[in-house]
Amino acid sequence: MGMTMTQKILAAHAGLDQVQAGQLIEAKLDLVLGNDITSPVAIHEMDKMTVDTVFDRDKIALVMDHFIPNKDIKSAEHCKCVREFAAKHEITNYYDVGEMGIEHALLPEKGLTVAGDVIIGADSHTCTYGALGAFSTGVGSTDMAAGMATGQAWFKVPGALKFILTGKPGKWVSGKDVILHVIGMIGVDGALYKSMEFVGDGIQYLSMDDRFTIANMAIEAGGKNGIFPVDDKARAYMEEHSKRSYKVYEADPDAVYDETYTIDLAKLEPTIAFPHLPGNTRTISEIKDEVKLDQSVIGSCTNGRIEDLRIAASILKGRKVHKGLRCIVIPATQAIYLQAMEEGLLKIFIEAGAVVSTPTCGPCLGGYMGILAEDERCISTTNRNFVGRMGHVKSEVYLASPAIAAASAVTGHISSPSELGM
Amino acid sequence: MKANGKVFKYGDNVDTDVIIPARYLNSSDPAELATHCMEDIDTGFVNKVNKGDIIVARKNFGCGSSREHAPIAIKASGVSCVIAETFARIFYRNSINIGLPIIECPEASEKIADGDEVEVDFDSGIITDKTTGASYKGQPFPEFMQKIIQAEGLVNYINNKERK
Repeated sequence: MGMTMTQKILAAHAGLDQVQAGQLIEAKLDLVLGNDITSPVAIHEMDKMTVDTVFDRDKIALVMDHFIPNKDIKSAEHCKCVREFAAKHEITNYYDVGEMGIEHALLPEKGLTVAGDVIIGADSHTCTYGALGAFSTGVGSTDMAAGMATGQAWFKVPGALKFILTGKPGKWVSGKDVILHVIGMIGVDGALYKSMEFVGDGIQYLSMDDRFTIANMAIEAGGKNGIFPVDDKARAYMEEHSKRSYKVYEADPDAVYDETYTIDLAKLEPTIAFPHLPGNTRTISEIKDEVKLDQSVIGSCTNGRIEDLRIAASILKGRKVHKGLRCIVIPATQAIYLQAMEEGLLKIFIEAGAVVSTPTCGPCLGGYMGILAEDERCISTTNRNFVGRMGHVKSEVYLASPAIAAASAVTGHISSPSELGM
Repeated sequence: MKANGKVFKYGDNVDTDVIIPARYLNSSDPAELATHCMEDIDTGFVNKVNKGDIIVARKNFGCGSSREHAPIAIKASGVSCVIAETFARIFYRNSINIGLPIIECPEASEKIADGDEVEVDFDSGIITDKTTGASYKGQPFPEFMQKIIQAEGLVNYINNKERK
């Protein structure tokens, strides 16, 4: 029986010729990831295990990104714990203030994730690396500890949903709109336990940044992972960023999919997720009543990459952030920050009245760097908008693309760039 | 193994942000996390919950973040079991790994009401609503997961394997 791309990668890492959906396997890991919130719990769990050290100090990545630069004493103690662990076990890929970035933007940039890898991370958006043709999924801290100790993880082989992407996206339609459309269509548990396999001739029109955005939010549909085929763009990205060799897996022609969806990218519109679920979507033209905003956040592991900042800057250039609205821009890594600086984007943001932060997850999860008060509303390029996600339980988060978040920052209400004559 | 207690009933898509908000994630102490359990969906929960009580919810319980702090907070608050129609996959995995008993049963998740007295027998998978007299059959775990649960978590399971 044919296997999906995901099933092939898992079979290879479990040392099996064939796997099928529902089968329980144990697979070898290429990378185990943790951050400043999830690693301390994992470290304590690993202390209870009968191992002296990690399975491979080159195959672990510890990225301090959620509450850093540290927002309070407890967060500082957590980072200290991870820092000491990294030093003790000589972890090659430990990223602290100065080198860190938001983990799911940082790792591909550093060449740590390539096609054909099996990656687990103690962060739900670990599914991001599927954009490069890897099997990559979020787990908890105990799984992270077991992974660091043994270099293996147990998996239930997932069934799959196929998404055929055709056509060329129109103006102002980007990866974020594609994935919000999908989640709106199938629901926040529409892909529960399944892999989301993206295929089709429309993929050639999606940049790597677009694909990272799409794979990043597979978890918001309940998916185990999201994955793209490896094409010339993916190869070029890996060759630019990584010294590692990679392996390309392709789905069999007779692979089985539980559902198949065809999405015409040319027909998509900018899409916004209303409170309080990522699946509560509306297209920009479906929004009839004006939605006034207090804050706009442009950043995160979903949309903090250089293309996202370029799009936002193209809209904010020569314009001003609406009076009374706070616009916060967060480049996702130091390299992106520097590139944005060299391209003059940071000057555009600041002159428009927006602010620019060092890389951090910050406001996305309600950590800091832009928390909302009661009854406040934020449009955000982040990935979740559950109750209380960015602050007060009575605040609201609307999820959107950088183009919408930037245009809305200017008008003060949810807007498309077309409202600004663009 | 049995669980026995009063039910706290919730709906669909109870996510990890309401189970344990990010503002408390600078702690990993179970007792401290327990004091904020379910805070953003039910502020009264921490004052009303007694050891042994049971959470019953509808679809996609525990969706959102991979934060293990979510099942840790629930377990440390004294909850003996979570019954749901479906669980989000990372929460499901985390619960097994830390030894928080969970069970999937669409009928029970629909019919059991807030405040009912419920008993769960994990060996048989039978859920009994003592308040209404009704009983339901929950989804049994695959053998591999039963072994992890019997070992009381993944760490113990791995340690036992290493010793052999």
